[in-house]
Amino acid sequence: MEGWDKGTKSVVGEIPLLSTRAGPRDGEAWRQRLKEEYRALIAYTSVNKSKDNDWFRISAANPEGTRWEGSCWYVHNLRRYEFPLQFDIPVAYPQVAPEIELPTLDGKTHKMYRGGKICLTVHFKPLWAKNCPRFGIAHALCLGLAPWLAAEVPILVDSGMVKHKDDEAAPADAAAASGSAAAS
Amino acid sequence: MEEELRALLRDLDALKQRPDPAAIDRMRERVAGMVTPVAVAAGAAARSKIKDMSAEVVDSNPYSRLMALQRMGIVDNYERIRDYSVAIVGIGGVGSVAAEMLTRCGIGRLLLYDYDTVGMTKTDAAVQTLSGINPDVALESYSLNITTVKGFETFLGSLKARSSDGHNTGVDLVLSCVDNYEARMVVNQACNELGQTWMESGVSEDAVSGHIQLLVPGETACFACAPPLVVASGVDERTLKREGVCAASLPTTMGVVAGLLVQNALKYLLKFGQVSPYLGYNSLKDYFPTMEMKPNPQCSNPACVQRQKEYMQLKPARDAAAKAKMEAEASAADECPVHLDNDWNIRQVIPHDCIVVDDSDTATPSILSTGTDSLPEGLVRELPNADSYQEPVAPVTSGAIDDDDLEELQRQLDALNSS
Ligand SMILES: [Zn+2]
Repeated sequence: MEGWDKGTKSVVGEIPLLSTRAGPRDGEAWRQRLKEEYRALIAYTSVNKSKDNDWFRISAANPEGTRWEGSCWYVHNLRRYEFPLQFDIPVAYPQVAPEIELPTLDGKTHKMYRGGKICLTVHFKPLWAKNCPRFGIAHALCLGLAPWLAAEVPILVDSGMVKHKDDEAAPADAAAASGSAAAS
Repeated sequence: MEEELRALLRDLDALKQRPDPAAIDRMRERVAGMVTPVAVAAGAAARSKIKDMSAEVVDSNPYSRLMALQRMGIVDNYERIRDYSVAIVGIGGVGSVAAEMLTRCGIGRLLLYDYDTVGMTKTDAAVQTLSGINPDVALESYSLNITTVKGFETFLGSLKARSSDGHNTGVDLVLSCVDNYEARMVVNQACNELGQTWMESGVSEDAVSGHIQLLVPGETACFACAPPLVVASGVDERTLKREGVCAASLPTTMGVVAGLLVQNALKYLLKFGQVSPYLGYNSLKDYFPTMEMKPNPQCSNPACVQRQKEYMQLKPARDAAAKAKMEAEASAADECPVHLDNDWNIRQVIPHDCIVVDDSDTATPSILSTGTDSLPEGLVRELPNADSYQEPVAPVTSGAIDDDDLEELQRQLDALNSS
């Protein structure tokens, strides 16, 4: 597992692996897969809480379990920066990973594709492909989103692109900042 | 015009001497009469629809040069292009150029798919531009995300649907011009389910190489049969600086790939030349590797495996047809021997780097390819194969506690989330 720090490697080992190869169009098999997703997310959230490293909330936003919404946060210089988090389970899941979106950061960083989808490291997709179908949503958060936040939030904050909610800019400045959120 | 302007100038001078509101109104009317109204100007620029393609060389015929392909014997029947429907998925740097090329070629019907917006939806914007270029093309705009379940169902339905004039059934070819692996896997899924021939295109993240690939479900490798291929740019991955950037883009590389893609599509539809199964493009070295890939019987995509079975079942009929065709060609060749003298000493060059990669034995390495698994020089696997199922290192979640119901698990996660 080249490309991840020791902490991430040890935590990902504590997330239960999944076994059902099923996507959102696979009926009963998808329900089985969803149960595995929940068990993995429950275990991962518990581990995070026990290590005092709780950093996201996520839950299914529709009964089919194809749309997920929540939030994630990162602490930088002792201040907490929180962002809405969302993704759809793609038709080709689990062969392809979900594309995690942080819509409020769209246009604020180069490390993002159209629509606020985070741009993962070159190491993520190969590892996901190797581990199909054993990796699930929890693994995508742990190996994809967590390292992205750790790398990008400090840059976004230090460059002034992201402001802490306690010292939001005056309306005029806020408008100027959001004006830069143009499509690529 | 000149004369009228001079008259206006005289009247303006007169007005300077003696203000007269009525005279101003009359002048305004005269000026308004001189300029062409905006709506009329736009209408005059776009030509009206043309019923039949003709080879006649007149100003009003935009198709004469295309129809010359037929006169020269390159294409048997160019006009058939109007019978064809092509779906283009992804209207970005490659897709928008491909759509314009097909529109200029006079394609019968174009279906455009994208989820993005540029003020209006990207697909509506494309329809507006393309209908100005060639009003003969029937254009359909689908603004949706094909990777979501809902978007996918609409995508499938539109590929199956008849066009409004009832002329075509479904589409003849799907062109994938998307910029990510996830969306390609979705196009692959749809085309495998429908048995729909499609062509893949892609530009590398460093923007200096690209490729096109023909995929015929059951007959050639599908996109999931083996990890995707990329053309090695020759740039050392270790020296590639990725900090602070996601992907680069270069209009020229995208334009070249769009050109290669549409050329291959025209050859496929109009049945001329050789349709490339895979063509790579390394722009740094101007190197074009080619190859072929057979389908993988152990492909992870069930629809692909099903199409492979059907293809095998039709083998006797295909062989018989091929034999009959060869015999007919042989007897025709007997009658007219061609080019016995070769004054120019021209010989056919067989491309040395065209090899067949048979992925049917799945003993392919599960590590990221180094280009040594019998791939032509300059091509590498972008992703590794999935590991075979080993004893998992962490507990697998299914099994003992499988009687939990989904709602109970949801409640557990919610409880944990609110604690
Ligand atoms: Zn396949």
